[in-house]
Amino acid sequence: MPSLFEQIQAGKLWDFHGGVHPPTRKAQTAQKPIAVLPLPERLYIAVRQHIGVAGHIMVSPGQRVLKGQPLTSADNSMAVPVHAPTSGTIEAIGDHTSAHPSALPENTITLLPDGLDEWRDRHPLNLATTDNLSLLERIQESGIAGMGGAGFPSHLKAGLTQPVDYLIINAVECEPYISADDALMQEEAITIVKGIDILCKLLNPKAVLIGIEDDKPVASAALQAACSQREHYYVREVPTKYPSGGEKQLIQLLTNKEVPAGRRPIDIGIVMLNVGTAFAIAQAVLDDQPLLSRIITVTGETLRQPQNVQALIGTPVSDLLTFCGYQGPNGGKIIMGGPMMGFTLPDLSVPVTKTTNCILAPSLQELPEPGPELDCIRCSACADACPASLLPQQLLWYSKAKDPAKLDEYNLFDCIECGACAYVCPSEIPLVQYYRVAKADIREQQREAVKAEQAKARFEARNARLEQEKRERMARNQQLAQAREQAQQTSSNSTAVADALARIKAKQAEQNAAPADRVQILAEREAKKQQARAYQAAKAADMPTTEPDKEPAAQQDASREQAPADKPATAKSAAVAAAIARAKAKKAAQAQADMQETMVEAEQTKQPEPIDQSTPQAETDPRKAAIAAAVARAKAKKQADSEKS
Amino acid sequence: MSFKIASSPHNRVSRSTAQIMLLVVMACIPGIVLQALLFGYGVLVQLILAIITAWLAEALVMRLRNKPVLLRLQDQSALLTGVLLAIAIPPYAPWWLIVIGTFFAIVIVKQLYGGLGNNLFNPAMAAYVMLLIAFPLQMTQWLPSISLQPESLTPLDAVCAVFSQYSCSGFSISQLQSGIDGVSMATPLDTLRTDLAAGLTLTESLQKPVFYGIAGTGWLWVNLAYLAGGLMLIKLGVIGWRIPVAVLGSLFLISLLSWLAAADTNPSPLFQLFSGATMLAAFFIATDPVSASTTNNGRLFYGALIGFMIFIIRKYGGYPDGVAFAILLANMSVPLIDYYTRPRTYGHKARRAEK
Repeated sequence: MPSLFEQIQAGKLWDFHGGVHPPTRKAQTAQKPIAVLPLPERLYIAVRQHIGVAGHIMVSPGQRVLKGQPLTSADNSMAVPVHAPTSGTIEAIGDHTSAHPSALPENTITLLPDGLDEWRDRHPLNLATTDNLSLLERIQESGIAGMGGAGFPSHLKAGLTQPVDYLIINAVECEPYISADDALMQEEAITIVKGIDILCKLLNPKAVLIGIEDDKPVASAALQAACSQREHYYVREVPTKYPSGGEKQLIQLLTNKEVPAGRRPIDIGIVMLNVGTAFAIAQAVLDDQPLLSRIITVTGETLRQPQNVQALIGTPVSDLLTFCGYQGPNGGKIIMGGPMMGFTLPDLSVPVTKTTNCILAPSLQELPEPGPELDCIRCSACADACPASLLPQQLLWYSKAKDPAKLDEYNLFDCIECGACAYVCPSEIPLVQYYRVAKADIREQQREAVKAEQAKARFEARNARLEQEKRERMARNQQLAQAREQAQQTSSNSTAVADALARIKAKQAEQNAAPADRVQILAEREAKKQQARAYQAAKAADMPTTEPDKEPAAQQDASREQAPADKPATAKSAAVAAAIARAKAKKAAQAQADMQETMVEAEQTKQPEPIDQSTPQAETDPRKAAIAAAVARAKAKKQADSEKS
Repeated sequence: MSFKIASSPHNRVSRSTAQIMLLVVMACIPGIVLQALLFGYGVLVQLILAIITAWLAEALVMRLRNKPVLLRLQDQSALLTGVLLAIAIPPYAPWWLIVIGTFFAIVIVKQLYGGLGNNLFNPAMAAYVMLLIAFPLQMTQWLPSISLQPESLTPLDAVCAVFSQYSCSGFSISQLQSGIDGVSMATPLDTLRTDLAAGLTLTESLQKPVFYGIAGTGWLWVNLAYLAGGLMLIKLGVIGWRIPVAVLGSLFLISLLSWLAAADTNPSPLFQLFSGATMLAAFFIATDPVSASTTNNGRLFYGALIGFMIFIIRKYGGYPDGVAFAILLANMSVPLIDYYTRPRTYGHKARRAEK
């Protein structure tokens, strides 16, 4: 039994389950030379065109940029920048219809070309004298993301440190109509192989397998010629079948290996890149030309000259169609991508991105409208077509029944949405659409579950904190009470006799000054009532806010008490003054306590500055301190709120 | 300018459900023609009655369910059910038999379970079994092949016979059923079963004129015609090879074993394959996608179960042919079969190893 590597060397190919044979319709574009699209009036460069995060925008409206100048920064390993495809002026930065099935607006830089096409300084690298890190840096800074459609940042794949057995270059291009890679291979096979050389230097694979469908004989011959000097590069023609260009399917075709569910190809020693990506890498490293343009197949029966064009990233679809002789909508669709996995565009202002490989403008006869959805007759044509060996009709039933457990059991998330099942369905059931909805529902549920979990954790933490504060408060009160009791005890023990005397005296005095005292008691009562009213008013004023704020209440209290205190002293004056003094002392104590609390909270919200300013004031004037504390607290709260939202 | 928004894929293969159904019906035609030539024109009358009843019943239910009547009739599934039942019942059975049967098949067996795609049982076979149990006499009145019939019946006679149970010249069905020698003749399978039960050996029984040829006079040719139609369906990709191969394979294997073990009491494998409704069942009825297993391995199990049950019922059962019962029994097992024969998904371990 020869080893796997020997079998691969001998040219053995395997097969994957299912697959369909839709009419390829590539002849109308594949044999023509690649046309270069004239400079469009405006370029709409979406800030994020890959899987990952967008880099920070480094330009501003009105700024002039040179061709190849980065517009965003690669400040994060998951970020790849976008570049100015030509020299010109940044007109605007804002939302523009995205090249996404949802067509939702997306942050986009609008560039007004000046027609000069003036380059920035370029620094080509010499492969022999450059270390791997610089190469990876160059790949990232050149904005290269998987050009086969997924848009995965290429530097992450090229920078993998696990041992690599096989580097697979995906030149299959199995989707009908599309011949962009085919045309690229026919014209640029040498550069592509240079790109593969760079990848080999980075990944050091045992062998390079270039998978190409057998309906591209010219491209295949060109690649074979270009690879003739390379010992471990194998060009493998795979039978034309959709979706043999799927990552997992091609791996199975070329190596008979399966990527375990939920794992990546590198886990079985395989790295796969698109042939267009290899070309872009060669350009980036050897010419210092970042990813500014790509080959796009513009085809369909509504076009007079269907062909492959080289278009700048950000060119609106309308420019491409006009260039190829678009003859009006005919009530049809415009599809970005191929007929199997592409998505329809709502209008023609959508710009092309790094992953756009085809614009399809079919006539109604060419891709007719689907008929009405009929009942599933359980013919299992879908299961026979499924390249992942799923059971699409069972998935359909459980999707309709919204049964996530069963969907999981039947491996819904292994569906690659290739569309083979819906393609063969005699009842014209849009199966893939059902699965997309089911997947989105399940993801949403999972997100909700995570959110609920977080909310629960937050709520419990808050309860625990409140409980802790309550306990601390009680402990403090108890301590104070004990201290008071002790003080009373010590004073009463030492002067028991004097006390008794004093009591008698006091009693006498009380009898003597009864009317005056009564007045005093009344005054005290009045003061207390006022205090209570003030407190009620403050409470009422606080009602609308969610958290009862003590500081404003204290302030109001203080101000209300101040008014009677300013009046000329009468018989009540002593009592009033005493009450005020008590109240003030209490306020001060409370303010102090609140201050501490505020500081703690402010520290929690990482906004210590306003507190620091108010701390010295607190020592000088308790009322001012209280107000300052209130302000600080409000500020901190606002800050916290804004951070939360 | 506005463009249509649609979900991928945007292209589809052109064969629709209706086309599949029509192809199956067309593949039946050679068998129907031979049946008409060899067993009389009654089958054509039954076909017309069945198709009309099927369409009316389907339309009625669609009306009641507030579904678009014409659109649903266009899927041609009712047509196919009617055709299959009309082929299966005796050609000169009374007209009400096929009407009741077809109505039952469409309304009770198919639509009450939720319509096309949701019925557990094959409608034609469930109706056949219902008729067999409810009207056993009428359902066993198979006339011998034309070469053995005392009177040759014209197409007009066929109409008269179906509607009045008497030919235009006044012969009753039971008279027609009698051979030239005046002995009433049943189907070869029926005769054989009765004879074997009566203690005759196979060789003795096969002396009867009804057994001329490998599988009984006339039956071989009808079965061959259905075999041809079935092979055409496989070639066109309308049905898969698994179910027919499994049905015929298991029936062949088990009858071969039994024949080798006791050749005196067991008919030969070829007799089993080309007698009765074997080929019709294997290619046209067992392959009904709605009531068959949906996984590739499951189809092999399902077909093998049908072949096995056909043999058992033919040998030990009380009815002349076991096809309908065998298929219904296999239909019942489909959910179980499907559950345990799920294919291994790409990138996953085999299911058993997982557990």
